[in-house]
Amino acid sequence: MAVEVQPERAEPVSASTKPYFRRMGVHTGLAGAVAGYFLGHWLGNFLSSGYLQNPLSDSNDVPIVLGYALATIGWLLGLGVFNDLFGTMLGRPFPDREAADGAEAGLGKYFRFTLNHKTVGIQYLFGMIGYFLTGGLFAMAIRTELLSPSYHIMGPNQYLMVVGEHGTMMMMMMSSVVLGPFGQYFGPIMIGSKRVAFPRLEALGFWLTPAAFVILLSGILFGGFPTGWTGYEPLATEAKQGMDSFFFAFGLMAVSMTLAGFNMICTVINYRAPGMRWGRLPMFVWSMFSVSFLQVLSAPVLLGACYMALTDRTFQTAFFTNQLGGSSYLYEDLFWFFGHPEVYILALPGFGVISEIVSVFCRKPLFGYRVAAAGMLGVGLLSFFVWQHHLFDSGINPDMRPVFMLTTELISIPTGFIYLVGMGTFWKARIRFSIPMLFALAFYFNFLIGGISGVFLSDVPADVTEHGSFFVMAHFHYTIMGGLIFAFMGGIYYWLPKMLGIKLNETLGKVHFWTMFIFFNSTFLPLFALGLMGMPRRVFEYANNLQTLNDWVSISSYCLGVSMLIFLFNVVMSTLFWRQREAGNPYRARSLEWQVPTPVPPANFERIPVILASPYEYGDPDAPPVADLNPPPGVVSSAYVGASRGEA
Amino acid sequence: MTSGTTGTPAAPPAPGAGGREPRHWLRLFVMWFVLSLAADLITWYVWRPHLPPGDMSTSATGQQFDFAVLAVTGFPVVIAVLLYFAYAIVAWRAGPDDEGDGPPIHGHTKVSVTWIITTSLIVLWAFAFGTFELIVPAGAGSGEGPNPVWNLAGKTSSTWAPGQGDKLQVQVIGQQWAWTFRYPQFGGMESSKLYLPTGTPIEFHVTSLDVIHSFWAYQLGVKADANPGVDDVAYTTVHQKGTFEVRCNELCGIWHGAMYTYGNAVSPARFASWATSVRGKEAKDGLLRALPKYALTYDPTVISAIGKNLPKIDGITGAAGYYYPPSDPVTP
Repeated sequence: MAVEVQPERAEPVSASTKPYFRRMGVHTGLAGAVAGYFLGHWLGNFLSSGYLQNPLSDSNDVPIVLGYALATIGWLLGLGVFNDLFGTMLGRPFPDREAADGAEAGLGKYFRFTLNHKTVGIQYLFGMIGYFLTGGLFAMAIRTELLSPSYHIMGPNQYLMVVGEHGTMMMMMMSSVVLGPFGQYFGPIMIGSKRVAFPRLEALGFWLTPAAFVILLSGILFGGFPTGWTGYEPLATEAKQGMDSFFFAFGLMAVSMTLAGFNMICTVINYRAPGMRWGRLPMFVWSMFSVSFLQVLSAPVLLGACYMALTDRTFQTAFFTNQLGGSSYLYEDLFWFFGHPEVYILALPGFGVISEIVSVFCRKPLFGYRVAAAGMLGVGLLSFFVWQHHLFDSGINPDMRPVFMLTTELISIPTGFIYLVGMGTFWKARIRFSIPMLFALAFYFNFLIGGISGVFLSDVPADVTEHGSFFVMAHFHYTIMGGLIFAFMGGIYYWLPKMLGIKLNETLGKVHFWTMFIFFNSTFLPLFALGLMGMPRRVFEYANNLQTLNDWVSISSYCLGVSMLIFLFNVVMSTLFWRQREAGNPYRARSLEWQVPTPVPPANFERIPVILASPYEYGDPDAPPVADLNPPPGVVSSAYVGASRGEA
Repeated sequence: MTSGTTGTPAAPPAPGAGGREPRHWLRLFVMWFVLSLAADLITWYVWRPHLPPGDMSTSATGQQFDFAVLAVTGFPVVIAVLLYFAYAIVAWRAGPDDEGDGPPIHGHTKVSVTWIITTSLIVLWAFAFGTFELIVPAGAGSGEGPNPVWNLAGKTSSTWAPGQGDKLQVQVIGQQWAWTFRYPQFGGMESSKLYLPTGTPIEFHVTSLDVIHSFWAYQLGVKADANPGVDDVAYTTVHQKGTFEVRCNELCGIWHGAMYTYGNAVSPARFASWATSVRGKEAKDGLLRALPKYALTYDPTVISAIGKNLPKIDGITGAAGYYYPPSDPVTP
């Protein structure tokens, strides 16, 4: 917990006063990316033209993959990601930019490689909203095509492109939707730290996401990819160049997830303030901690799979081509070994966000703190042992199916802990129906439906009918959209007053909540029925008798889109024009992030606080305040000694 | 440690509430019991016969039963949670000017332990039931890989005739974007329509020629992935005559959505006469001589006749011939 120790030669730097365009930033990054792409493309053609071809797709993918690779490197170089690294190599002192970066005024810092975790959090927040809305537009396009049982607006190729872009955008970009904005912003504050462990890794983690976003979208220029977000082989090797964008972008996001996870784990372990024992860690930090382990342990597997698939497509390796000694099962295994933890990477942060919200607006301590923490860790641990339920009918390891059925069903026990904690907290509470609380309640409702449908899917015999059908689709939209995104929205309404110092309009917020809740359910509940009636995923043609339900779903989804527009309108108007100030602690919340002033100072705390109590001691008049924010000099080190003996 | 699972077991009544605290548990239990009983009875007696995938085959009937059992198990859980939250919203909402806090309950060991034991028992029940229902009906219609451990009873011989009780073997071949069905017991006769006899144990051997497909005979409750070069076995016994849908259930390229066909379940005698007549026609065309009765790879480097001009069936050539037209260079 050596909180204030900096690297030995670190020298504080003062904020630069140069105008934006004279410094490195997004504009130089873009220039680097464009130059890198053309250099890589030329190099690829130089190395491989004429003789190196992907035998299944008859296309030469080397220039494109090298273009993407050098564009990414150029983007990072142009942003100035490696400046300090090169400087240190040249013998210059290692600069400590964090405080200066955070203190900089104006909006310029959000378009630059900056190291303050709060700046990175806000970059993530707006990035994620942008990625989410882009993915949502693809969803609208899918539902438009499904208005009629045969293809009418898009051709089959275009339809699959849209399906793939939607699925991949949501699954890969949304993996950081909570850990990015709220985890990076509030994680360090909630544990009483002035900084994160690895600010450069954290910022790099963010700046890889726009690269992944653009590369994924660039697949459209090459006709998209026909595999959906799973990228199954050997279809992926057979696909045209658009496929490279999928593997390259997903691989970049795997790097981003790994870096963000490492930083979060090290920060939580090493940067807790004195007295912030594991038993006082806010539940949101527990969820970030658990998710970070999932990211660090699973994302590298994805990176490996993406890399192997790219070499299959470029250097003619045959990891995944059955006819040449590879195995299509290998890809399925690698992908789902990442892919199942991935869905908990998406679900767990939601648990964390709503645990915070529920305690504050019930005005009660979180019920069963240890059960909640055990639930977070239990879900994380078990999620590594269930991946083969995605392959129940595939014929791989068929005798192991009862085991994977058991592990899958076991996950509902720690998930049940989260419900126990929520329900216990509501018992005899003083419930305030603020907007974040409404989203938390909707989370419990949606995730319950998602979870129970998961029990049907885990049962191998029942799964025979449900596998790969719209039933699965409805199931994971209920857990991810209905769980994670509802929690994300709740988090925005809850935390934006602290992050930006402004409050979102309440009336519009309520309209947004109710339209989103009603039309979310109206969109996705019928999909369970469609799946059970025999509609497979990712088809543009379906039986005529399913048209009424499909049209209902499509129209509901448009209404859901309008609800998102209401949200967007609210965010834009509230942050740019109405600017209703909200200072301090509007909810009288106990947790540490509400004790610091708004806007949060660049170093969060003047002095390292000493944590005196759990953040959830509502209703207990004898409970001490959560922390002493201004401990006298010398107290921190002695409290640290006491805390380590368990006496603080 | 101030927070933990051991807290005040009985919360003090809400300040200012006045009067006796209502017996929340009893109210909740009564409402839960009535609603759950109603939901379960309706599920079992009204909904179950209409549940997918119907009862056209043994595996479909089994899945319908499993689905109903899981729904009967799941409804009380869903109702318990939703009812509790609805009750909490009504009973414990704060008044407009209420600035007070709730009682400082940190946890309740008995409640937590009861919850954990209950959910664990439900999970173990679901696991035991699911495993039984998977193993006893020979894989419940799912793909079991090349060497199935849970077999359907019945003997296999190299020919098939109605009334003998033999298993009928059907090879299902997926390719972009069509299904072909071959009957090794009829000399490797192949068809683009799936015909099946009723009352006969059927053994599907599912494979693919190119990418991963998935064979889904919806009304039969059969689903098995088709991996290139892999034999994926699935069993069922059809017990109703009629038409059923066959769809591809794994994204396999642009025409995945159009990769469906229909199958017919007919009486064994009618099936035998259909199969014999198609076999005779294909034998006359020379197709049966060109192709082996059964193979996992229909590859021109393995089977020399492929890639030449094979006779056409139903407007297209046989499974392998369609995939490797004579003009296509041999690039496996």
